[in-house]
Amino acid sequence: MAEVLVYVDHVDGAVRKPTLELLTLARRIGEPVAVALGSGAENTASALAEHGAVKVLTADAPEFADYLVVPKVDAVQAAYESVSPAAVLFPSSAEGKEIAARLAVRIGSGIITDAVDLEAGDEGPVATQSVFAAAFTTKSRVSKGTPVITVKPNSAAVEAAPAAGAVEALEVSFSEQATGTKVVSRTPRESTGRPELTEAAIVVSGGRGVGGAENFPVVEALADSLGAAVGASRAAVDAGWYPHTSQVGQTGKTVSPQLYIAAGISGAIQHRAGMQTSKTIVAVNKDAEAPIFDLVDYGVVGDLFEVVPQLTEEVKTRKG
Amino acid sequence: MSLRIVVCVKYVPDATGDRRFADDLTVDRDEVDGLLSELDEYAVEQALQIADEADDAEITVLTVGPEDAKDALRKALSMGADKAVHVEDDDLHGTDALGTSLVLAKAIEKTGYDLVVCGMASTDGTMGVLPAMLAERLGVPQVSLLSEVSVEDGTVKGRRDGDTATEQLEARLPAVVSVTDQSGEARYPSFKGIMAAKKKPVESWDLEDLEIEADEVGLEGAWTAVDGATERPARTAGTIVKDEGEGGKQLAEFLAGQKFI
Repeated sequence: MAEVLVYVDHVDGAVRKPTLELLTLARRIGEPVAVALGSGAENTASALAEHGAVKVLTADAPEFADYLVVPKVDAVQAAYESVSPAAVLFPSSAEGKEIAARLAVRIGSGIITDAVDLEAGDEGPVATQSVFAAAFTTKSRVSKGTPVITVKPNSAAVEAAPAAGAVEALEVSFSEQATGTKVVSRTPRESTGRPELTEAAIVVSGGRGVGGAENFPVVEALADSLGAAVGASRAAVDAGWYPHTSQVGQTGKTVSPQLYIAAGISGAIQHRAGMQTSKTIVAVNKDAEAPIFDLVDYGVVGDLFEVVPQLTEEVKTRKG
Repeated sequence: MSLRIVVCVKYVPDATGDRRFADDLTVDRDEVDGLLSELDEYAVEQALQIADEADDAEITVLTVGPEDAKDALRKALSMGADKAVHVEDDDLHGTDALGTSLVLAKAIEKTGYDLVVCGMASTDGTMGVLPAMLAERLGVPQVSLLSEVSVEDGTVKGRRDGDTATEQLEARLPAVVSVTDQSGEARYPSFKGIMAAKKKPVESWDLEDLEIEADEVGLEGAWTAVDGATERPARTAGTIVKDEGEGGKQLAEFLAGQKFI
């Protein structure tokens, strides 16, 4: 069976959920071989083996942390050359897409980004994408070279599938370009204790209607009662009420949770592009004419400062 | 010595319009108005600010696209770019990201450059892979997804806000940078800028000028193929209630019914 390279997104050895989803999708095409780089790479092996990795190629060197992107491209290329895979899969993170892009140029292969599903086809893997603010669904494939595909979070349910997960050291010789962009400093983001926005099953977002940074705790309280991530519309982010890393929309993050709750968000096209594929959509907005109501499964026309706290209380009561 | 800045921009279908596919499954550009991709306006803005800080700088704005794509160049020129290059060729129809990066890289090399500035992604394809591809093809550092950028003494510095960390980056020129929508509001063209733009030079190049074979680009030369596109079925109308004091409770009831609580 053909091998499929899977790039592992991890933080000091803790594998992030989108990578486990990738392994599930990779098994539809072939045998997953994982590539884990940087500090803690070897510690990823047990989680990867549990989810279907037959082999885990690892490499660590200061270059991975000290320079941007290219050292990792060198490493993935080394893995590609040693494995000759049927496809190379990456999570659709900023870094994942950039490594994938450069690899595609180097190996002369086509690239598909932001797939939301993947299946085996007669002419190689077929990727489903959601385009034009989710108005269309396309089926695409790579027609030249080895398919390089990046996959969005929440594209597959993680399945356990124990495999050997044999750890092998990957030999990497860094290219001249590897040290081109120096990472002068790195400040880890403070953890909010909430789920990661793009990975969360439930997302609660606040928009212009929230009215100010001082009111966002109303949105956060609902999120916490549901175990949800907190998002924000561009209007709320541009006003400085909430950090850009939480922005849901075309120029922010695309989310596709089981449940999306929009509080005080009108639903401009920019925002809709980032949340339209959510399974269930709920909105609370004072303006009955807000375009968000065209998308909802359930909408409440009303003051979010009345409705949201009442909902939060009710959730807490029902959850006991 | 003059700092040569090239800004790559894209002419895209207006996202507020009704975007569709043509019969060959490329983007239908006839049915909806086009404009300069909003995310590229941030790139033009940062290039203008970098040029302002430099002793001597020249900004060339570059696009690959059909005749109408000149509109995107005009917008950038009216914001303050000095000159424009338009790569236009019938054989480019249907070119994918890999092909576009090839064309842009050749055009950038032909123009000459110290710094290439891109937006973080186009607002139509939204792949966000082009800056990395350009850096790879040009063999220069990529300093990408910056929310702050500056150039001094032949070094580009910037801040990159990632999911898990904020990084300060640094590279020697020549380099490719991309900027996010957090880099700073793009200026509106002034009347003077709009009038001045009409007199600024716009060069047109075709594939032959760039020594690219037709079969390396276009739909036939593409590295990817779209086999089907289906319109997403319209959502069935949801339940909408007016809050009469029990809105939160009603919503909780709905969420419980859907097993979210």
